[in-house]
Amino acid sequence: MSVIYILLGVSVIVALIFFAAFIFAVKNGQYDDSYTPSVRMLFEDELIKDDKTDKTILTKKE
Amino acid sequence: MVETSENKTCYHCGNICDTVEINYDDKVFCCNGCKTVYEIFSESNLTAYYDIEKSPGARPKINEAKFDFLKDAQILEKLLEFNDESMQIATLYIPHIHCSSCIWILENLNKLNPEITSSQVNFNKKTVRITYQTQTTSLKDVVLLLSSIGYEPYISLDDYSEGKKYINRSIIYKLGIAGFAFGNVMFLSFPEYFEVDEFWLDQYKPLFRWLMFAFSLPVVFYAAQDYFISAFKGLRAKILNIDVPITIGVLVLFIRSTIEIAFDIGQGFFDSLTGLVFFLLLGKFFQQKTYSFLSFERDYKSYFPIAVTKIVSETEEIPIQIYNIKKGDRLLIRNEELIPVDGILIKGQAEIDYSFVTGESDTINKKSGDKLFAGGKQTSGSIEMEALKEVKQSYLTQLWSHDIFNKNKEEAFVNLTNNISKHFTIAILSIAFISTAFWLYYDASKAMNVFTAVLIIACPCALALAAPFTFGNMLRIFGKHKLYLKNASVIEQLAAINTIIFDKTGTITSNKKSTATYDGIPLTASEERLLKNTLRGSNHPLSRTLYDILKANDIVTLDSFEEHIGQGVQATLNKNDIKVGSANFVGKKELVKSLHTSVHISSNNDYKGKYTFYNSYRTGLSKLFNQLKKHYDLAILSGDNEGELNNLKKLLPTKTKLLFNQKPEDKLEYIKYHQTEGAKVLMLGDGLNDSGALAQSEVGIALSENINIFSPACDGIMDASVFNKLEQFLIASKMAIKIIKWSFLLSLLYNIIGLYFAITGQLAPVIAAILMPLSSISIVVFTTVTSNWVGRKLV
Repeated sequence: MSVIYILLGVSVIVALIFFAAFIFAVKNGQYDDSYTPSVRMLFEDELIKDDKTDKTILTKKE
Repeated sequence: MVETSENKTCYHCGNICDTVEINYDDKVFCCNGCKTVYEIFSESNLTAYYDIEKSPGARPKINEAKFDFLKDAQILEKLLEFNDESMQIATLYIPHIHCSSCIWILENLNKLNPEITSSQVNFNKKTVRITYQTQTTSLKDVVLLLSSIGYEPYISLDDYSEGKKYINRSIIYKLGIAGFAFGNVMFLSFPEYFEVDEFWLDQYKPLFRWLMFAFSLPVVFYAAQDYFISAFKGLRAKILNIDVPITIGVLVLFIRSTIEIAFDIGQGFFDSLTGLVFFLLLGKFFQQKTYSFLSFERDYKSYFPIAVTKIVSETEEIPIQIYNIKKGDRLLIRNEELIPVDGILIKGQAEIDYSFVTGESDTINKKSGDKLFAGGKQTSGSIEMEALKEVKQSYLTQLWSHDIFNKNKEEAFVNLTNNISKHFTIAILSIAFISTAFWLYYDASKAMNVFTAVLIIACPCALALAAPFTFGNMLRIFGKHKLYLKNASVIEQLAAINTIIFDKTGTITSNKKSTATYDGIPLTASEERLLKNTLRGSNHPLSRTLYDILKANDIVTLDSFEEHIGQGVQATLNKNDIKVGSANFVGKKELVKSLHTSVHISSNNDYKGKYTFYNSYRTGLSKLFNQLKKHYDLAILSGDNEGELNNLKKLLPTKTKLLFNQKPEDKLEYIKYHQTEGAKVLMLGDGLNDSGALAQSEVGIALSENINIFSPACDGIMDASVFNKLEQFLIASKMAIKIIKWSFLLSLLYNIIGLYFAITGQLAPVIAAILMPLSSISIVVFTTVTSNWVGRKLV
């Protein structure tokens, strides 16, 4: 049953890792703005009509 | 030609194209500025801006000279967040940020200027954080780029005075620690709840218990420390606030549990301890609803520019930081710039908009030699003025040296919870001592057990949660209905109000719509048409107002049109001549100084008559006052003259007190005087001149037509559109108090059940572990459900 020491040790360490991640996230300001990222992730990269893509279409036509 | 363009809206900004209409690229634009922005975006392949939201833009106002001060190294140093040789970072506040298109375009700034390496928007705060290379770009270039696409940053004196902003995140840390410990302690204490005698369980008991002890240490000594500090402060001031019984509970829980595990008496109450602190912090966190896009602490610094232009000599003009302005300095105030100090007008036509100060939107004309007061905004052309005072000694800014601005209203106020806690603490302590005395006589071995059990179970967790959850929820409901309050205690103060004082201009009157009456010789149909078309070309605010009031007319092309700044407009059509403007301009001597703003008209040099403007009162004003008069004393304090006295008397209940010609200090003193007579005052105002009154009153609410733009320091900001709901808000805050009183009763019920176990000496950890979260959660559910029900009545 002394395996319980290892199990307890592991569970506490895992908990502490998540806890440290939480503190780290707060410190970095992840919780300061909870709205903008939700909008940002919906933007698609294709929205910017790049010059390069225009050119490739042109070359195809030629 | 019939006016058909009225319904067309600008592709860029969404405004109705009523005066000009530009067609470009199959799209309609209301002005060249909007068209230019569209051109910039289409050149850089950024037209997706218009796909995300419809007409998201703003008319660009480009005024290069306005941002000249950004070249000054000393000013720059204060504005930049980070500055080294090759890179700079600045966070700019942009009021126009309002939709997802705004986020998108501002985060793609590097497409417009490759020197900008990154830009990140914080939507709630309406700020953008821009990083750029300094070799070829400066902050001024960035700001001008933003202005040119309609996102002009707002840089005020406030940005200059404060250093790096410190964000206090300690409540999140504390909540995180308490939650983390609570979860782990629950797991570890679970096996022992069933009190089974099992070999392995007995074997590892000490390990489990000391682990729980270790987890509870940061909870007691870090997460709960605010309660200790507050209780200590309360005791020193001889007040038994709610934190006193909480502190006693936490300490007794911790000490008794530690003793129990040290002497192997039992498993202790670490689960209840960590749970208690976690729930308390949760309540605190919930109550802290903040509106990050609003500021309740604003003073004049938020409106004043950082720098203005000083005229050193005929040829030299330099930007000067406004704290450095000395008496006698010559200043150049450009169009749309704010007058930072009191002074004398030297050159130019001044047309000053004092709406920041008084809430009055009509501009005031000044001639050279006239006195100018700080806080006004020049609205036509450039003027030169000589400073008479320094910034801090000006008429307006002096108001802030009054003591009232240094007082903390919240601290002086004893809230309901603390009021009850006083009796509660005394009752609990006496129960503890009486029951201990009984057990000392009956069975001395149990006495200590009972004493601590009473203090543990009576720890007013549910009591302490009732107010934060009710007020926190109410705060959110009010916010949804466009009344934004600074903090929860404002609701409590609001419920106790018995006197309501209103400012007049801008508060009970609306800035948007004015009504006008015409008196004089009636205008013929052709004259009326000429008048409407003349006004159409003028950008003066009064012309715009009058244009909107006059009924629609055909659009005709005028033969000639001339605008005389500060005087009026003149136009001719088919040899008919019209003059619209001040009395002098149309050739009439004004014999009696009118109390009202008016526009005079003459046709072919014959004086016709004048349009007199009246403030239009907000809709539902009369009804609101009649509802309020039953329960509250009402008064109106106006900084204006008595011109509206008779009008107001007709509109409002007879009991309403009307006072005119009130200076900012008069308003403050008036409230102070009534407070000494027991009045609890709610003040509604809007301009900087109400600041003193808003600070002096129990609750000061600033009314604002556009909540993003301006409001003086206050306890709450109300959107002008919900002004007629004022009574419903007052009723709802009274209901909130009732809800709290009911939940106090509910939590007392739990306490009585708990006390039964405690006094009889049967309090097992498992009972405490069930009773405590149960009482807390049921209080949270009760307050949330009832306050939502109250909120629903606020249609």
